[in-house]
Amino acid sequence: MHLAYPAVLSALLFCTGLYGVLARRNAILVLMSVELMLNAVNLNLVAFDVWLSRTARETLHSGQALTLFTIAIAAAEIGIGLAIVLAVYRNRGTSDIDKLRDTAEGPDAEGPDGDHPAAEKAEATA
Amino acid sequence: MTLAQAPHGFLSPAGVEIAFLLVGLLTLGAALVTVTTRQLVHAALWLVVALGGLAVEYLLLTAEFIAWVQVLIYVGSVVVLLLFGLMLTKAPIGRSPDADSGNRWAALTVAVASAVALVWVVVDAFRTTWIDLDGPAAGTTEVTGASLFRHWVLPFEALSVLLLAALVGAIVLSRKAKADAEGEGDGKAGADGKAKADALPAAPGKEGAR
Amino acid sequence: MTTTTLAVLVPLLPFLGAAAGLLLGRTAPGFVRPLAVLPPLASLVLAVLVAARQGGGTAVDAHTELTPTGSVPIELALHIDGFAALVAVLVACVAACVQIYSTGYLRDDPRYPSYAALVSLFTSAMLLVVYSGDLIVLLVGWEVMGICSYFLVGHYWETPEARAASLKAFLVTKLGDVPFLIGLFALAGDAGSFRLTRILGAVTSGGIDHPTPVALLLLAGVAGKSAQFPLHTWLPDAMAGPTPVSALIHAATMVAAGVYFIARLLPLFEASRAAMVVLAVMAAVTMAGSALAALAQDDIKRVLAYSTVGQLGYMTGALAVGDRGAAVFHLLTHGAFKALLFLAAGVVIHAAGTNSLAAMSRMRGLRDRVPDAYWTMTVALLALAAIPPFSGFFSKESVLGAAEHVTQGHTGHAPGAAGWIVLVAGLLTALLTAAYAARLWLLAFRGRGTEAPDHGRQPLTMTVVLWVLAIPSLALGGLAYRLLPDWFDGRDLTPTLLTSILGTGLALVGGLLTYGAWQRGTALAARPPLGAVAAHPEADAGLVEAEAIATHRPAYGDIAYAPDPADPGRLLLGPLHRPAAAGFHLDAVYEALFVRPVRAGASLVRFLDREVVDTYVRGAAALPRLLGAAVRRAQTGNVQTYVSALLAGTVVLAVAVLLVATGA
Repeated sequence: MHLAYPAVLSALLFCTGLYGVLARRNAILVLMSVELMLNAVNLNLVAFDVWLSRTARETLHSGQALTLFTIAIAAAEIGIGLAIVLAVYRNRGTSDIDKLRDTAEGPDAEGPDGDHPAAEKAEATA
Repeated sequence: MTLAQAPHGFLSPAGVEIAFLLVGLLTLGAALVTVTTRQLVHAALWLVVALGGLAVEYLLLTAEFIAWVQVLIYVGSVVVLLLFGLMLTKAPIGRSPDADSGNRWAALTVAVASAVALVWVVVDAFRTTWIDLDGPAAGTTEVTGASLFRHWVLPFEALSVLLLAALVGAIVLSRKAKADAEGEGDGKAGADGKAKADALPAAPGKEGAR
Repeated sequence: MTTTTLAVLVPLLPFLGAAAGLLLGRTAPGFVRPLAVLPPLASLVLAVLVAARQGGGTAVDAHTELTPTGSVPIELALHIDGFAALVAVLVACVAACVQIYSTGYLRDDPRYPSYAALVSLFTSAMLLVVYSGDLIVLLVGWEVMGICSYFLVGHYWETPEARAASLKAFLVTKLGDVPFLIGLFALAGDAGSFRLTRILGAVTSGGIDHPTPVALLLLAGVAGKSAQFPLHTWLPDAMAGPTPVSALIHAATMVAAGVYFIARLLPLFEASRAAMVVLAVMAAVTMAGSALAALAQDDIKRVLAYSTVGQLGYMTGALAVGDRGAAVFHLLTHGAFKALLFLAAGVVIHAAGTNSLAAMSRMRGLRDRVPDAYWTMTVALLALAAIPPFSGFFSKESVLGAAEHVTQGHTGHAPGAAGWIVLVAGLLTALLTAAYAARLWLLAFRGRGTEAPDHGRQPLTMTVVLWVLAIPSLALGGLAYRLLPDWFDGRDLTPTLLTSILGTGLALVGGLLTYGAWQRGTALAARPPLGAVAAHPEADAGLVEAEAIATHRPAYGDIAYAPDPADPGRLLLGPLHRPAAAGFHLDAVYEALFVRPVRAGASLVRFLDREVVDTYVRGAAALPRLLGAAVRRAQTGNVQTYVSALLAGTVVLAVAVLLVATGA
């Protein structure tokens, strides 16, 4: 089998997951998209492991071992991620990512943008 | 060398390649529906299809142990967990018009650009590489177990520590939320469900490690 | 204790009193009065002791070098000769009188603690100037006096007059101090030392290369400090301060410092004939002009201020003819009777409730209200007018005698021209001085009209001081003119017959002329009264004075002028009256020459700064602000947007790296 088939499939799945992470509003859907991306990587790992174990006589099977690790870690990640999402939901009443904008300047902080030149002018005349 | 011979063209696929392509298209399609559908629960179900398709691809790549682990953990528990999450956050059943954020065109641009770049690089690099799937399977349970417990014992044990940490972390998060929620009245049901939901990730994690 | 220790204590005690007064003024109000009065009294005792020990003999010299400065050494030095000893006694005496008087005059003033401390500091600075044997230490005292006068003149800073006057006093004296400082450095550079004795030694041995520029530069500072033409304009305005401060500034401290400084360095000035002539012209213009101006003033304190300027002109005149003995003699007697005049004027202003002579001339019986002030002021005015046997007569005649001596041309130290200038101006001024003294006395105490208001007796602290000062005003001249030559240069101070007859005769003529004019004007004085009487006549004297000064301009339209047709000065001066009242419009000239150009320049600079420089600043700020606004728009708080941007950048970078790596 051509290595390009799983590799291209993996790349496309990864980008699909990427789109989901960037475009989905619901945090749980974002987590699903993250799973898609992880699986794309897993597919890559398995494909290359199979390829290398034949062509390079690689006996460690590092690709498959790492795939297992990735799956385990992904399971842990989804558990913690869901716990966080639920905590946020309980605190904020929403799990929409684009409503969680505490890092931005609030609407009250936008005041200086409006009246800043006036204040500066008053300072200059003082 | 197989590389030097390279008798295999893209236009003369073997049977396993055709199967891989078909399942791959199904997987990709399911993944695309997952990230685009407006019905949140359907997204989780289409994710099952995509993950199951991937399990089939693993089988086709002779990695049977990985395939079964995939089915057990992803299809069996992760998706269930996600569905629980959807329910606990009171995700709407049916079409929700705002499933995608305003960022979708930027996201589409970035995703398409990276897809083009990745596919271009991958095809450019591996268009002649051939995987020889004949002979003994590369991913039987015996082979995987041997390598895992012979060469990868130390990372394996380290991983179990990580899973323990995740378990403790999930418990701490849920307990704190529970203490907070007790002050309120209506957060009680969510807290209860949450405790159940948090008990789950540890189990598939352990299971996956084994 | 040695004489040196005593002499060090003399300026130190008031300084410590001032420091303690400033520190304790708020926390321990009970200590303020003792702290104000006792240090000057102790200084007076010590100064008398120092004078007795020095006794006019050889000068006491002591010096210590604090630290090597690398170039011209700066030392803490004392140089006490007869001049220093006697002037210190005068300063301490007047300061003690002023402090005692102030306890009554400002008894209800909330700012009395700081006021008393500043007066003490002022006294300390003057004593430092008097005793110092090093020009830099002298300069320290000189400048401390400048800042103290700023604060004291502006004591009533609530009134705009006081604020303006304190600023003007400070700026004008500083204007003189800049060339003064340069002159000091030039002098020390030539002589190689700031020590007085070394400089005088260098002068006698001809070690000063350029005596004329140095002397003229120093003269500028002296003119500013001693209120000589053309830098005298601050002194009449300084009347906005409390009366005791005026007494202190005018009699003993600030204005005396300039004269005293020239007296100390007179050999240097004598080395330059040009400087002596300039000094003589300055003295002549000052005394004649100020006497004319004094004749036209309506504010009783401004009359006295201009008379101070004139008497200082006598002193500089004496210096211009090379007789510092006469100058310091006049300084001593003038200090006594001018302090008395000011303090008595304070009492009169308090009793009358106004500082306007025109208003006083319409009050009957003012002298019965303040008999102490009436009698002592009469004595002091006679001394001012140089009527024998009052003290002013002897000192003024010694000045005129010295000038006459120089006119005969057998002196090497002063040019004959200077003698003529001083003599003629001095005689003219004697006439005018008597005229304005008589006018002041007649208008203040011989008023006709309504009965003067009765505010009860004046505080004892204020009247006792007047009598204390009346003694030297009456007798100092007659007793001292035979003794003083031993203390001074040894030159005879006895009045000569010719100048005595001339001076006294002119003074009598002036007085009689004024009396005649006053008699003619009495008919006009019967018109309805014009007067500005303070609103709180029962309050303490300081408040009454502040209100009187503040109401003078609203009542008469000018701070120095009153439209009084019965004023004898108006008859005597004729068309000169209006310009004389305004100080010959010198302030207007300064306004046009200096103030307006400086203001125009300031507004130009302000315009340039605000409109031109700030435009660049604003422009420099605008671009970052625009960029900041753009960047802020990107900062939405949406994590997905951030990750999108991050990944887009990653893709772009990866593609770029790939293209580079493949050589495309």
